[in-house]
Amino acid sequence: MEALTWTGSLGTILNPALMVLLALLAVAIVAQLILGFFAPAQTLQSNPDGTIAATTGPLGLAETGVKYAFLGVLAIVVAYIVVPQVMPYGSAGIVGEVSKRFLPVWVSLIALFTLSIVYKRKLGLYGKLFDSTVGMIGFGLVMFWVFTALFVGMFDMIATHDYLSQVSGLKNKGPGVPVPEGTTGAIPHYLLGGDNLARDIFSRVVQGSVFVIAIAPLATIFAFMVGITLGLPAGFYGGKLDTFLSFVANLILAFPVILLFYLLVTPEIVETGIPSYMAAFLFIFPLIFFGVLLNSRYYTQPAKRNAILIPVLGILGWLYLSVINQKGTVIDFLPAWMDLFDISILVVFVSVVFVNAPTVFRIVRGLTLDLRTRDYVAAAQTRGEGAWYIMLWEILPNARGPLIVDFCLRIGYTTILLGTLGFFGLGLSSESPDWGSTINEGRKLLLIFAHPALPPAAALLSLVLGLNLLADGLREESLKD
Amino acid sequence: MGLFILRRLGVMLLTALCLTFIVFWLTNLAPNLEKLAKTQGNARMSDDAVVSWLDNRGYSQALPVKYGQWLGVLPGYVIEGSDGETRARCAGPGVAVEDASTFCGILQGDWGYSTVFKDEVGTIVATRLGLTGKLMFWVMVVMVPGALILGVLAGMREGSRTDRSLSTVSIVSTATPEYVSGVVFISVFATATFGMQWFKGTATSAMEDATFENFFLPVITIALYGMGYIARMTRASMTEVMTAQYIRTARLKGVSFPKIVLKHALRNALIAPFTVIMLQFPWLLNGVVIVETLFNYKGFGWVLVQAAGNNDIELLLGVSIVSVFVVLITQLISDIGYVFLNPRIRIS
Repeated sequence: MEALTWTGSLGTILNPALMVLLALLAVAIVAQLILGFFAPAQTLQSNPDGTIAATTGPLGLAETGVKYAFLGVLAIVVAYIVVPQVMPYGSAGIVGEVSKRFLPVWVSLIALFTLSIVYKRKLGLYGKLFDSTVGMIGFGLVMFWVFTALFVGMFDMIATHDYLSQVSGLKNKGPGVPVPEGTTGAIPHYLLGGDNLARDIFSRVVQGSVFVIAIAPLATIFAFMVGITLGLPAGFYGGKLDTFLSFVANLILAFPVILLFYLLVTPEIVETGIPSYMAAFLFIFPLIFFGVLLNSRYYTQPAKRNAILIPVLGILGWLYLSVINQKGTVIDFLPAWMDLFDISILVVFVSVVFVNAPTVFRIVRGLTLDLRTRDYVAAAQTRGEGAWYIMLWEILPNARGPLIVDFCLRIGYTTILLGTLGFFGLGLSSESPDWGSTINEGRKLLLIFAHPALPPAAALLSLVLGLNLLADGLREESLKD
Repeated sequence: MGLFILRRLGVMLLTALCLTFIVFWLTNLAPNLEKLAKTQGNARMSDDAVVSWLDNRGYSQALPVKYGQWLGVLPGYVIEGSDGETRARCAGPGVAVEDASTFCGILQGDWGYSTVFKDEVGTIVATRLGLTGKLMFWVMVVMVPGALILGVLAGMREGSRTDRSLSTVSIVSTATPEYVSGVVFISVFATATFGMQWFKGTATSAMEDATFENFFLPVITIALYGMGYIARMTRASMTEVMTAQYIRTARLKGVSFPKIVLKHALRNALIAPFTVIMLQFPWLLNGVVIVETLFNYKGFGWVLVQAAGNNDIELLLGVSIVSVFVVLITQLISDIGYVFLNPRIRIS
């Protein structure tokens, strides 16, 4: 087998066109930036036929240039993705093969976007997201990785080789290198080359998405549960409780994150059982949250309350016990048949939740302080509603806008934190395919072989960027009404 | 105002005490001490030997007592060890037990002795902080003006194309953590892969002699991550100012647009970013650790990694004291500065 080139035969036509368009785009953007500073404010001029036209001038020309150059670049990128699907194996180069591997993701993305755009008026805030370009781009990037994680994790589809198997002779080989005859794998090439242990980088990167997509949103949800359950009473009641909780939150926030990780995520600390106790403390908050949420709503109808509360708390309690119960740690009392899963990276999970929770607490507290003076709170108080009912069913729904936006941003931040942990080799095994660890592996030989570190870096960047853009789009759309 | 500062200082001191106690407790947990004994003494020590090693060096005292000694409010231990040798906390290398002072802790200016670097913690922290200070200075020089210009340009005409493209730039920069941008910069600008080998991939030589070639990449890597956030805050503040009544008045008077931006809007728009810039310091510390590891620049962050990795208790405590105080002092400065810059706020 020959080594694959980057773009194969497709590139002979598309590459020069892309270069020209990119150069044009760069020139137009620079021109627009410079002109934008000096140009006078746009003035409208009325035409004799009753229409108005904005005066264009050089700035308008630059803006049009940016628009068309950008559309051109976009068209070529789409061509890079679409055309290889109908070309035989290998003829479209590495880019083509990678885009072929992602075929299920493309199909799902197109289906999702078509459905969402068709029904966007019926979908509330989610539908409004499709009115903002930035939001759509962000959502697309995020869903790209969500689908990738789904297809890799559940159906074992996108990865080309086993992410742990080493193939002799492929150590640090560049992108597109052919694997020796007889190697198991979906295709006879390492698409993005081999790392310093001769494993397939492409497969490791897509495998790493499973880790991030599974852990980051979950950890963020837990941090939100903790932050909301503590932040609402702190803001609502104020006084000593608020002073105490705010002091603790500021205490955790004053800790440099990396120092905290280095102190918490070590084998010695795991041995003492501190992470298990922290998990037992932090993970009880969802139980409290849902318990109080349902109780405050239905306590006037005890029969209905019991019918809802008992199954919910039962299931959550079981999940809670099986999460904190770990073999070989201090909390190990559950019989094996009841223990649903063992999380090997509990300490990573706990420390990420621990770092995020105080910030969420501060946001929720601030929002509650603002919202508790509103009329609907006074109305509820006059009706004789309980304090927790007001907090959870009156204040919290009205604080959802900023919280949803912060949720997206925080998933991105959690992704960065997970990457930081991997980068310092804390809490994760060195074989773990998560992006932080892969970047850490790659950076050791970075000055000699640059290719192993770049794909996971790009993956992490695109996911976090997507989440940030999504948050920006959501903020913009939620401010509109 | 004076009372406000006093109260803030009180809270700050309390926070610092709590945080150092937590660090002290975490580093003095039994498995950590056992690891320390094995790395310092003998890797194949028996359990009894570990216990007597720790006993002889005062590690087995009660936690509050040890903390008090480290702080300098309790007299340092003098222990006659099971091996016959008498050791005192205050007797450093080359000091006889009899000559040692009674108290030696942070309050007396004695930061302890690093077991990894075999040197006084005070000296190590001072030299390393100097190196990191150099890095931070250049980061600030690049980051602050860059972020302010970016934010002001984006915020002066809200919704314009300039605004949208600059906002995208700042979002991209906040979405790029240091370990990603650092890796990308090194592979693009320090290796031959892309044919742009303009800079050096390590900053080790920059410790003595920083040049553009060996210092630019680490500086820009840290600056970029913080820049986007400050720029977005500046933009938000600038857009708010630009809708204010006095800006409209100035426009109606016929003041030219650049003059409005520079003379009328800028000063008011820069109040909010000032707080944000001060509060960025704790985050910069994060970036410093990552970048110093990545570029092998042996500053404060690098020492933190070394101390934490080897459970060098006293060095780690020294490092955390410094970092906690950096965080708390910047918070204080940001609060006070905010009051000074914004005459509408009065603190009773």
